[in-house]
Amino acid sequence: MSERFTKSMARNIYYGGSAFFILLFLGLTFDTVTALPERDNRDQLTEEVARGKEVWEVNNCVGCHSLMGEGAYFAPELANVFDRRGGADEATFKTYLKGWMMAQPIPAPGRRKMPQFHLTDQEINDLAEFLIWTSRIDDNNWPPNIEG
Amino acid sequence: MKYKSQAVAKPYFVFALILFVGQIVFGLILGTQYVIGDFLFPAIPFNVARMVHTNLLIVWLLFGFMGATYYLVPEESQRELHSPLLAWVLFWVFAAAGTLTIIGYLAVPYAKLAEITGNHLLPTMGREFLEQPTITKIGIVVVALGFLYNVGLTVLKGRKTVVNIVLMTGLVGLAVFFLFAFYNPSALTLDKYFWWWVVHLWVEGVWELILASILAFVLIKTTGVDREVIEKWLYVIIAMALISGIIGTGHHYFYIGAPEYWLWLGSVFSALEPLPFFMMMLFAINMVRRRRRNHPNRAATTWAIGCAVMAFLGAGVWGFLHTLAPVNYYTHGSQLTAAHGHLAFFGAYAMIVMAIISYAMPLMRGRVANNAQAQKLEIASCWLMSIGMLLITLFLTGAGVHQVMLQRWPESGEALAFMATHDALAGWFWARLAAGGLFTLGLIAYLVSFFVPQREVAPTEDAEAQTAAA
Repeated sequence: MSERFTKSMARNIYYGGSAFFILLFLGLTFDTVTALPERDNRDQLTEEVARGKEVWEVNNCVGCHSLMGEGAYFAPELANVFDRRGGADEATFKTYLKGWMMAQPIPAPGRRKMPQFHLTDQEINDLAEFLIWTSRIDDNNWPPNIEG
Repeated sequence: MKYKSQAVAKPYFVFALILFVGQIVFGLILGTQYVIGDFLFPAIPFNVARMVHTNLLIVWLLFGFMGATYYLVPEESQRELHSPLLAWVLFWVFAAAGTLTIIGYLAVPYAKLAEITGNHLLPTMGREFLEQPTITKIGIVVVALGFLYNVGLTVLKGRKTVVNIVLMTGLVGLAVFFLFAFYNPSALTLDKYFWWWVVHLWVEGVWELILASILAFVLIKTTGVDREVIEKWLYVIIAMALISGIIGTGHHYFYIGAPEYWLWLGSVFSALEPLPFFMMMLFAINMVRRRRRNHPNRAATTWAIGCAVMAFLGAGVWGFLHTLAPVNYYTHGSQLTAAHGHLAFFGAYAMIVMAIISYAMPLMRGRVANNAQAQKLEIASCWLMSIGMLLITLFLTGAGVHQVMLQRWPESGEALAFMATHDALAGWFWARLAAGGLFTLGLIAYLVSFFVPQREVAPTEDAEAQTAAA
């Protein structure tokens, strides 16, 4: 680098630039956090949904599946599973999910295996509520199609 | 080695490499499960193996960073470490906590582990990369605080160099952003938003400070280029890293429920994120070209340049490939993400740890550099691992593009389902597994290089004079 560009100039860009962008990021974060309740329908975030998220977490579902594209890529996306497998109908989806959870692991040799998690009826219902609520978050129209 | 206390780096490096081996073993298991779905089921389900694989990666890199810090801070500060004893105590605490956590993952179902460790009291588990029980997370904070206290005091009492200050800033940032691991609101998008404050602001933020300062240290030592020149580059690199990377966090906010303006902000700023990595590559190559001495440790230089080049490819090029919002709309959460993740972590962070180990380990074992035979093997292992990882990345990229074509691009109704798509990708995954085997051969060669007998070689006079001058 040229001699006219000195170390102290580089240092000032580092400190000044970082400080500016940290402040900007904090401002944007404030705006995002303010905008989120409307985008994620916070008023519909019930006790069941909150408990369902805990079921999702303590069984490490994200270790195989993705949720809004984040997680592992070994098993299907689940943020839109309510639409894909439940036809966006709550009763249909809950029946489907219960049957699915009970059937695991599916005894097909060589197929990827989902463990049996021994969830109670209430846990399955909570999980369904969580996935239904998640499917309705405004996520800029992702995924591109029903297959996730 | 100029200060006795630098030697506490050694157990950290050794343990880091042990965990690295574990990471690769589980990587091979995962690669096999991608093609033989019921491999090792139900003993080790995929989610467990993946958690072990990624957590071992994070922890061995942290051990590597700590070892690097313990080695270079006394030398930069020109004084002994504040408390070598504390460094040893924290080593055992961290090693025990890490080992117990991994045993917990493997021994009991995850839900049971959550129950045993009282996750309901402060639920933090079950989120990608942050799967550790809450108690382990608290342990990590305690270890980090003790570590920062120890090296912080050393820096404060000693000579303050740019390398030291930048490294400390990175480490403090690492600890501070980890605190967001304890914030887990029920609102999923809010949870994800701040989850990225740990993950993105680590690997695309403060970790780059740690990476750049370790790289600068290794280059100062091995090339003998004037510190002023190296420090100027260091500032430019980290300035660009933070200027692009902080708002660049937005490229994770496209499709998780955050407002639409992130589509623009995330695209523009993350498109700049390759710049610091490009600069880092120019920096490493330039410094080695302008070297004022021929350091006898050629292996360390190989790792340093390799790190800068592979980091540019993995973090820079492969990151850019899918960072623009319209592209990411189709690639988000596909095998392309996995391709980028593998090359970026290996190039930027695994390789910088191996660079500092390569430089420091011989010195801690009482010689300036290993003999020619050992170095030859180490350099060969660097190439083998790099080529293995490049192939893994290329095959996963092929899988990702193929996946998008089958599953994402067509309209609903015509698109292939996830499982059917993955069946169609099997060829790519077999090739990736084979590349993983090549990588493993490289790792074995690397480990063997530590045990090549050294008796016939004493450091040359030239080398001794150089160490004295360093």
